[in-house]
This record gives sequence, C-alpha cells and structure tokens, in this order.
Amino acid sequence: MKFAIISFPGSNCEYDLFYLLRDEFQIETVFVDYRETSLPADAKAVLIPGGFSYGDYLRSGAIARFSPIMEAVKEFANNGGLVIGICNGFQILTEAGLLPGALRHNESLNFICKPEPLAVKNNQTSFTNLYDDSETVVFPIAHGEGNYYCDEETLAKLKQNNQIVFTYQDNPNGSVEDIAGIVNEAGNVLGMMPHPERASEAILGGIDGARLFQAMIDSQAVKN
Amino acid sequence: MFNVKIFVTYKESILDPQGEAIKTALHRMDYTNVNQVVQGKYFEMQIKHNGQDINEEVDQICDQLLANVNTESYRFEISELVEG
Repeated sequence: MKFAIISFPGSNCEYDLFYLLRDEFQIETVFVDYRETSLPADAKAVLIPGGFSYGDYLRSGAIARFSPIMEAVKEFANNGGLVIGICNGFQILTEAGLLPGALRHNESLNFICKPEPLAVKNNQTSFTNLYDDSETVVFPIAHGEGNYYCDEETLAKLKQNNQIVFTYQDNPNGSVEDIAGIVNEAGNVLGMMPHPERASEAILGGIDGARLFQAMIDSQAVKN
Repeated sequence: MFNVKIFVTYKESILDPQGEAIKTALHRMDYTNVNQVVQGKYFEMQIKHNGQDINEEVDQICDQLLANVNTESYRFEISELVEG
C-alpha cells in the first residue's frame, strides 16, 4: 500500500507525516513534488501537509492550488480517493474548491500553538471510524489563519450531510460553529486545522492521532 | 494597454480582525473619532489588450485568484494608457 505526500515550496510538516507512516505504520510513503502532473498510479491516499506553501503569499493556500500537481489531486479526489489536508493542507483544499468555506485570520490575530481538545462529531468516515462517537481527542494546533468561515447556507448543508467531523471544545480562533475539521459531501476528502500527525507517538506526548491514520490504512486494506 | 487598480477587502459581514486591531491602536493614539477601519489589499497591473473585454478579464482575475469570494469582495478601476 502506498501513500503520497504532496510537497510544496514552504511545506514544513511533510516529514512528520513521512516518518509516522513509514516507521510507525510500515506504509510505503513517497513524496510527490508540486511540479509533477500525476500521482503514483498505485497511491491509495494523498496527504497535503502543513506549512506555509508559497510563503502564504496573497492568502494561505491561494497560490498552491494552481500548482501543476493539484489537477491530479482533484481528479484523485473526484474518483473517490482518500485525501487529507492538515493545517495549510486544509487551507489549500478550500482554495481549490475541494472543500467548502475559507480560513480567516484567528480572531485574536495571535498565532496559536498548543494542544487543543476536540470532539469527534462524525465517527462514520474513513478517517474517524476508530473513534467513539463524541469522543474527546487532543491534537496540537499551530496556525495564524485557522478561523473557519462559511455562509449560513453552506453551514446548513454541512450539518445536514454530517460533514462536520471535528469541533473545538474551547474555540481558540473564532471558527464558525467551533469547526476544526470537515469532510466533503462524499466523505473521502478531510480538511482539518489541528495536527493528528503530531499526536500519534507516545514520545511526542499523545497518541490520539494514530487512530486517524490507522483508519485510513484499514479502509484501503479492505479494498485490496 | 490598460492600467488596472484592484482593491480587495473583507465582505461587510466578515469580521476584519486586522482592521479592528488598527482601530484600537488609533483610539489609543487619541484618534477616538475613527469609527471604522477596513484593511484590504491593493494591486496594480498593466494589461495588454488581447481582444477580450477588459472588464470581463479583470473580473475573472479577481474572482479566480486575487479575492476569495467566500470572504472577500473586490472592485477595480481601469484606465487606458496612451502608448507613445
């Protein structure tokens, strides 16, 4: 099973994902450069890491979404492939139109970096089916622009389709409805501001994130 | 050739935390009569006429890249440059 991590200029969490998947989960993991126009044919999941792609010029994720590789990512997602965007990856997925809404500056204007308790609001996705319903998990956040926004019509749709996957228990950034992570309507694309990859090894202070990656792996193992 | 000036700001319904922070600073400087501050982005570009309607082209540029229409609105001014 092969997982592909997209590497943009300014990505800085790609190795966290790489070492986690390779060393803890023994998953063959490859980096795909943003200049590529195709994904490995046998890739089972695409991971868009955190960081500051293109220096966050213009808006977070605004330039990255025009990278050559993004067409292939869109096609992969539209064909039902598993895609997760973490932090800057979430911002890129919203800019690319793969997820609704946008991420604004934190209400406080502070860059916030701390462990954050979340509630699992939807444990029926390929990313979260190893969590209990409404379970509390703690993942670190590290962002200046994580304040999720969508209009009321979009919010109503998110609720109706059960697309809100993680919410903050103590909203740190002003996000609408405490939203920390959402999936697309089909449920195969997840975007989230908190970092599960930084909470997946006991030595790093927490293992709540590990079940998210295990669920992704399990969902693909079933298909094979 | 056209000279194009583009202004992008948060929509009125969206809280502009940077504008609010600037307003607070101004109030601290005793400019207490400042009621509202909006921080936006300003772009200037020169665009060669290619046969396409220039208004349409600038609108597309704003819509597709310069503004995130979920949260931002934009306006622009176009003037024709006299080529010498």
